[in-house]
Amino acid sequence: MPAPIRLRELIRTIRTARTQAEEREMIQKESAAIRSSFREEDNTYRCRNVAKLLYMHMLGYPAHFGQLECLKLIASQKFTDKRIGYLGAMLLLDERQDVHLLMTNCIKNDLNHSTQYVQGLALCTLGCMGSSEMCRDLAGEVEKLLKTSNSYLRKKAALCAVHVIRKVPELMEMFLPATKNLLSEKNHGVLHTSVVLLTEMCERSPDMLSHFRKLVPQLVRILKNLIMSGYSPEHDVSGISDPFLQVRILRLLRILGKGDDDSSEAMNDILAQVATNTETSKNVGNAILYETVLTIMDIKSESGLRVLAINILGRFLLNNDKNIRYVALTSLLKTVQTDHNAVQRHRSTIVDCLKDLDVSIKRRAMELSFALVNGNNIRGMMKELLYFLDSCDPEFKADCASGIFLAAEKYAPSKRWHIDTIMRVLTTAGSYVRDDCVPNLIQLITNSVEMHAYTVQRLYKALLDDISQQPFVQVSSWCIGEYGDLLVSGQCEEEDPIQVTEDEVLDVLEGLLASNLSSPVTRGYALTAVMKLSTRLSSVNRIKKVVSIYGSSIDVELQQRAVEYNALFKKYDHMRCALLERMPIMEKAAANGPTETVQTNGEAEPAGLEPKHPPTIIQPANQANDLLDLLGGNDVVPVISTAPAMKPASAGGELLDLLGGLSLSAPTPAPPIPMSQPPFLLDGLSSQPLFNDIATGIPPMTAYNKNGLKIDFTFERSNTNPNIAIITIHAANSTEAEMTNFVFQAAVPKTFQLQLLSPSSSIIPALNQGPVTQVIKVLNPQKQQLRMRIKLTYNHKGSPVQDLAEVNNFPPQSWQ
Amino acid sequence: MVAGSRPTSCRNYRCWIERLNHITESKTLKFALEKTTEDMEQQIIRETFHLVSKRDENVCNFLEGGLLIGGSDNKLIYRHYATLYFVFCVDSSESELGILDLIQVFVETLDKCFENVCELDLIFHVDKVHNILAEMVMGGMVLETNMNEIITQVDAQNKMEKSEEATLGMRVSFVTVYSIAR
Repeated sequence: MPAPIRLRELIRTIRTARTQAEEREMIQKESAAIRSSFREEDNTYRCRNVAKLLYMHMLGYPAHFGQLECLKLIASQKFTDKRIGYLGAMLLLDERQDVHLLMTNCIKNDLNHSTQYVQGLALCTLGCMGSSEMCRDLAGEVEKLLKTSNSYLRKKAALCAVHVIRKVPELMEMFLPATKNLLSEKNHGVLHTSVVLLTEMCERSPDMLSHFRKLVPQLVRILKNLIMSGYSPEHDVSGISDPFLQVRILRLLRILGKGDDDSSEAMNDILAQVATNTETSKNVGNAILYETVLTIMDIKSESGLRVLAINILGRFLLNNDKNIRYVALTSLLKTVQTDHNAVQRHRSTIVDCLKDLDVSIKRRAMELSFALVNGNNIRGMMKELLYFLDSCDPEFKADCASGIFLAAEKYAPSKRWHIDTIMRVLTTAGSYVRDDCVPNLIQLITNSVEMHAYTVQRLYKALLDDISQQPFVQVSSWCIGEYGDLLVSGQCEEEDPIQVTEDEVLDVLEGLLASNLSSPVTRGYALTAVMKLSTRLSSVNRIKKVVSIYGSSIDVELQQRAVEYNALFKKYDHMRCALLERMPIMEKAAANGPTETVQTNGEAEPAGLEPKHPPTIIQPANQANDLLDLLGGNDVVPVISTAPAMKPASAGGELLDLLGGLSLSAPTPAPPIPMSQPPFLLDGLSSQPLFNDIATGIPPMTAYNKNGLKIDFTFERSNTNPNIAIITIHAANSTEAEMTNFVFQAAVPKTFQLQLLSPSSSIIPALNQGPVTQVIKVLNPQKQQLRMRIKLTYNHKGSPVQDLAEVNNFPPQSWQ
Repeated sequence: MVAGSRPTSCRNYRCWIERLNHITESKTLKFALEKTTEDMEQQIIRETFHLVSKRDENVCNFLEGGLLIGGSDNKLIYRHYATLYFVFCVDSSESELGILDLIQVFVETLDKCFENVCELDLIFHVDKVHNILAEMVMGGMVLETNMNEIITQVDAQNKMEKSEEATLGMRVSFVTVYSIAR
């Protein structure tokens, strides 16, 4: 068989191929030749063949048949063979192949070879791809080599040890004695790898960390020598002496100094020295400075040093080199929480970075800008951020918009400014705004009562220009529906009122309904808006016509709404005004209590749940009660929510239920209203007296007693349903100041159901003058032990207080 | 196959990614590595090539990691020399600016070893490049950064190889000489 071609020939041949197919053909031919050569067990040319195989593997062709050959090469005596064999092992083998275990013995022998380069090869391979079994077997050999005086081997052994520790952390102890003398080496290579080993050990085990803290003085000394030593041709990189080692040592110092005062103190001087003496004209110097800054920020350094560090970062920001600006922004982002004021000083530079061309820099500058916004600079910053929003890439717009909303909410100097900002965002980036922004915005608009006219006017004007951005259109149509009368009557103090006729308004809304650009959700909003206008404008006939047209729409949601509204016109016209009244001010939902079934009010509107579909008609509890009154004949205590959790849930469903007689199921993706609610409510609607005043002998208990607030539970059994326990809470305040805005929330495990009725008051007077009472009804069909988690929020002496508690000491009679 | 750009760039990515994947400590990447097949490795190479070749000249040399290279903790750090991109994939335990310097040292070492290295050198001497890299980076961690030290070691090992070949060669030429002399 002719001698197989050399690697060089192969490469040359492959490069002449002009198409993918040609290349594949050549490779296949050569592959076949190599395979037959392997089969013939040809020793002389094996290494050449494996080299070619590795090249083909690099191009992406299968090469698994060469794995055993690599092993044979490793076992050979020649250095050349071993070299290629080990290389092949590193490239082709990994833990998944069982073949790799066969190498263990070879590596063991080679670790004890007479030639240092062979030992080096073995260490290298073990360090790159050794599996945990191999590491366990060979750790002893590695440890021996760690103590040798040959610096070439020592540095390789150190890195190999790191790999062993990563694979088998239990073996870390084994390497501890060998580390004693590592730092006294002169050879920089060994020093470098030793520092890596020490770093790895410190990161993995806190015991090691405290053990190695005593090395800090030694490290400081080494660092000092490096800085002061002047020009040393061996380790010089662009004029600085071994920057890699400096960076490594700084990193280790960071880990050692974190959280420890003594070590941090020992390092302060050297850090200051490095920070001031390092030349910053080249990347090398900057790398060292960057590492120094990170170290200063992490350890307990004195404040002067910290200010120095942040100033260095500020200087980085002005540097022309993009990389430096990038790392500076990243580090500033990390430190802005702790050293806020210092970072504020560089705000203008950061804001300038928003205009940079580089995407990574822009993103970081944006995040940092949001972190820096506060009450003082909100106007200026917002201008810049809005400008950024206009001009940035789409991938940023969603994040930027959300960030702007958050910042505006926290720091808005005036309501009008707030609304202006929101509208600006909606009109520029309206389609990128997140879906949950829409209900938030609606709530915000509702709350700023004096701005209604101004808002609706501006929204209307903007809507005339552009109807393609869905979130914006949704908010606008909702506003027009609510405040259309203000729009038409033209009463706006803030701006020049515009003349809008009723027909124009209805034209716009009908346009939205008919347009292809509107999503189904938007159409739902628009139809509801039209309906609401029937009580606010006078062109009722036109509205009736519109509504009836959509009664036969293909979209089921739209059809349902239209049919219901039609019914409102026909059968329930007397209720229409009450139903379509202006929305009351919604309060922000209280934060969710404990995780299990949370119900803060008797209505089927669990707090904080996001609606999957937009509201049809938002049904506040007040109106529901009016409705109940209208339906007549109930002596139910009105279930007014205690913590008004008014998110626009799809209360359309409940409305229908209560109105009875009207079609259908609630819109399907309703928020998870616990299905047991209707029967519960019906329970309450039954005409029997709810409360059984006959004491059933269940002893009362104290559920909570902290900070002057004491909550007692008294128990009764309902006589309509023996599974229901009625708990009355008595909240008393023994401090001298009263507690206002008192909100009591409770959650129970899933097998229970809970209904909270309204409290007697939300202010608990001081000095036990009069407890606040509230009734809880607990349904316990499975007779399990009652447990409850309660959350209390109130304002006391001007500051808000919040507390969570578990109540486990229910007397057994209460749940049996 | 387009002459020049594909194999060379691929090869460089290959080396670096392959070796330096280990630099990432994140379990996810090791995981990914354990599960990578040749196809996936090729895909990583292709993706990286796309990402890096699209980059403008005056943007920064860091690219955030996507899912392919193991998540947001890992970065791609690259430098552009003539027609080649040298890409290192590192995790957060390495200093970004330090890696830039490392790439510089590596290229200078190649330059010294090959005497004014050019792309063709790297193509035809893949194994030598691997050997040089093995002296600098081991198991994903930086081993030696002193250029002279690296070159000394590499030269010594090459000498060993040559001496093995020479023993074979000498025997042959001896025979030849002998026969002619006869």
